[in-house]
Amino acid sequence: MTAVSGRFGPYGGAYVPETVMPALDQLIEAMEEAAADAGFQAQLQTLLHDYAGRPTPMTLAPRLAAACGGAQIWLKREDLLHTGAHKINNALGQVLLAERMGKRRIIAETGAGQHGVATATACARAGLQCTVYMGREDMRRQALNVYRMKLLGTTVVPVDSGAGTLKDATNEAIRDWVSNVRDTHYVIGSSVGPHPYPSLVRSLQRVIGDETRAECLSRLHRLPHSVVACVGGGSNAIGMFAAFLEDREVRLVGVEAAGHGLDSGEHAAPLTRGRPGVLHGSHSYLMQDEHGQVLTAHSISAGLDYPGVGPEHSALRDSGRVGYVCASDEQAVRAFHRLCRLEGIIPALESSHALHAAEQIASELPAGATVVVCLSGRGDKDIGTVRAHDGDNDDAAG
Amino acid sequence: MPPGERLRAALEVTREGGLPALIPYVTAGFPHLGDTVGVLRAAEEAGCAAAEIGIPFSDPLADGPTIQRAGWQALHNGMTATLAVEQAAAARAAGLTLPLVLMTYINPVLSRGLDRFCAEAAAAGVDGLIVPDLPDDEADDAHAATAAHGLALIPLVAPTTPDERIDRACRRASGFVYCVSVTGTTGARQSIDAEAFELLERVRTHSPLPRAMGFGLARHEHMLALRGRCEAAVVGSALIDAISGQPEDGAGAAAAFLRGMLHAA
Repeated sequence: MTAVSGRFGPYGGAYVPETVMPALDQLIEAMEEAAADAGFQAQLQTLLHDYAGRPTPMTLAPRLAAACGGAQIWLKREDLLHTGAHKINNALGQVLLAERMGKRRIIAETGAGQHGVATATACARAGLQCTVYMGREDMRRQALNVYRMKLLGTTVVPVDSGAGTLKDATNEAIRDWVSNVRDTHYVIGSSVGPHPYPSLVRSLQRVIGDETRAECLSRLHRLPHSVVACVGGGSNAIGMFAAFLEDREVRLVGVEAAGHGLDSGEHAAPLTRGRPGVLHGSHSYLMQDEHGQVLTAHSISAGLDYPGVGPEHSALRDSGRVGYVCASDEQAVRAFHRLCRLEGIIPALESSHALHAAEQIASELPAGATVVVCLSGRGDKDIGTVRAHDGDNDDAAG
Repeated sequence: MPPGERLRAALEVTREGGLPALIPYVTAGFPHLGDTVGVLRAAEEAGCAAAEIGIPFSDPLADGPTIQRAGWQALHNGMTATLAVEQAAAARAAGLTLPLVLMTYINPVLSRGLDRFCAEAAAAGVDGLIVPDLPDDEADDAHAATAAHGLALIPLVAPTTPDERIDRACRRASGFVYCVSVTGTTGARQSIDAEAFELLERVRTHSPLPRAMGFGLARHEHMLALRGRCEAAVVGSALIDAISGQPEDGAGAAAAFLRGMLHAA
């Protein structure tokens, strides 16, 4: 699916103040030129290889699979990248584009802090000035990442509006962009926002899916039965799925956060329980009330704590090409513990949602089948959250 | 009457001292849910030429802190897009003749249904819509729906807007052209930048419609600075600040502030 017009079926578009529309046009032009520029592509490939640590391995998880009693489970190890999550793929690419456009100031929003850290890292490397907007509540939940960004020379601006989470940080980042658009590039961290961001982020993240598909073919000599990824805004998922969309036999599963449960109202599952609307510049499924006011999301994982979702996911939901399911806070934490104990890998709470669904899927498949799950990030940042959740009980791991 | 004709006519009237026409922005349901009609009547009595009724939204991307806070208060008070339209109708029933424009982000409109919202707004006596997150590129459906119900869809242009985009937006504009004075969000400012005056001159070459300058205007001196440069001026955040300072008499505060915008102290 392409978005030449900025649309994925009825979704997408560019619903932003007129002030930034010329900057979006400039970005479209820069993207097109960069895509055709072998020098730029080589520069990006070198960065991804030498600096970020690509390609990432695929790791077989035999003890986890045995516990599920079914298919093989493979982990695509985005957690092993520099800065600890897939976000660096996008940040490095967008900062290169910003340099190409002659923009010396970078802004970003962040929820869990992974995108903020990735952008701060890319800016430190490139010698660009960086400001990251982060909700006050997220700064509390992810204090270590806040300090990490400061170490990297980035200014972190607390956002007090709303619930003080990712939605509010994104509002403030867009307002900054509206005010400083001439010299500033806004590095959006997910496959959301106005056209061309959903397409740009997908193109920078599809390396996840391309590597996974190639490795399945070279090592397993076939495509996987199922590919599973968590969906907040949806960047790791769209990057993973992009390579498999034409492989109709591969089942694609996106996992939203059910928070305290879909019926509690405290969740982050717009594709499951929302209806289409406009937030942050694009038309997509959205958690909103009957009057069109956007609702506050909830998830134990700050990176999924967002009431909207990338527009391509909305189109993939409607077409049925991707199935979207949910995992609750509780289910994600249990999956987190299982991967720690059974495989010696501490996953991000975001990725733990995907792990829960992958376990369910694997348990229903025969032993010969293969399930690949995108381990989008490492869980070091979440240890405090899990510890608080478990009441610091040493016996909590399941 | 073609869409926006009442608005256009109201803004083109030549005024005493050559001042631009004054358009206040009033957050519906602020500071109290039932204050909207009183503040609109105060605006009419103070000599304003038209009024914008702001429908609060949870995520107002184009607004600075003052209008954000007023919007949150209004949402907390229970304001909705539907109720704002009902209050516009109530203002008409109370005898208000001022042309009225609804300023709303697109999502509450889509949530109600674009056509249904436009039908209800027109029936309430509203003259037009301003949608700050609906650039011309996304406005085809909204142009069709507003035109079908006799409403103007007022475009916004900004200092960063290149001439070809100004031309495209102006070609299907009605009522007036909203010229954003700053590269930024709403909020009272000290002075008017040169880029604002330059924008007004650029817009003149693309449209015969009245030009309303907005964002940042806060004082009578700003009105004086705009003499001969545009036909209308919008004041929002500074008005809300005035109302916030006297929340138990929002209408009185609005009347005093708006008179101060129009007349030297």
